[in-house]
Amino acid sequence: MIHKTEFVYVTYISTTPEKVWSALQDAEMTKLFWGRARNVSDWQVGSTWTHGSYDDPAVIDVTGTIVESDPPKRLVVTWQSAKAPAGEPASRVTYLIESVFGAVRLTVTHDELVPDSPMAQGVSSGWPAILSSLKTLLETGAPMPMTTRRWGAPPA
Amino acid sequence: MSMDRVFKALADPSRRRLLDLLHAENGRALGELCEHLAMSRQAATKHLNALEEANLVAVVWRGREKQYFLNAVPLHQIYERWIGKFERQRLRALHDFKKKLEDDS
Repeated sequence: MIHKTEFVYVTYISTTPEKVWSALQDAEMTKLFWGRARNVSDWQVGSTWTHGSYDDPAVIDVTGTIVESDPPKRLVVTWQSAKAPAGEPASRVTYLIESVFGAVRLTVTHDELVPDSPMAQGVSSGWPAILSSLKTLLETGAPMPMTTRRWGAPPA
Repeated sequence: MSMDRVFKALADPSRRRLLDLLHAENGRALGELCEHLAMSRQAATKHLNALEEANLVAVVWRGREKQYFLNAVPLHQIYERWIGKFERQRLRALHDFKKKLEDDS
């Protein structure tokens, strides 16, 4: 049986869907819970988006397009590593933000990954830390220390 | 999401084995998981429900079948709460010890 490489991550956050939606796009938030990153787009369907360094806008790690946007419930983007070999197809990330019992269930599905690609390996170590830190940041006002620095960058 | 449920779910070897199976190959159905387990479908379903309640597995419906995915987000919360915190303290103690030795010399 052939399996596509796919990951599904779920976290429950005591907050509102609007706050989760804006945290994914607000650079002042992503710099704290997403390895000092900045996501840039106008978030309209068909537009491009980039994910790169908060401090240096010239450093881009991931690019893609907005496939679906239904604030504050559902966002679907394509996801292509800036370092991917030419011709490697983009993967896809779906953010599903649902209200459950006065909290939010955030489900991040990363699929259409190339099996055993560096991106497929990075995804499985990256998302749990980022989502865990997003939860802690929204609930306590402070992120987890490990996500406040840029990953893979030389130590400051 | 209660941490008690996460620790309780992890306290069972069969449930840890299920997580290992999903780590090796994510997104499997009950039948595929049972091929690797010496237990009935009912017993496996019970363990998977406990893992789902602890949010250690995420479930996606594919037609009439559930597919199970390893959800490591609660494990990261444990890591940060129970390992990261103590590690930082240990490193600070080591730093203080080094500083004391250097100040004394």
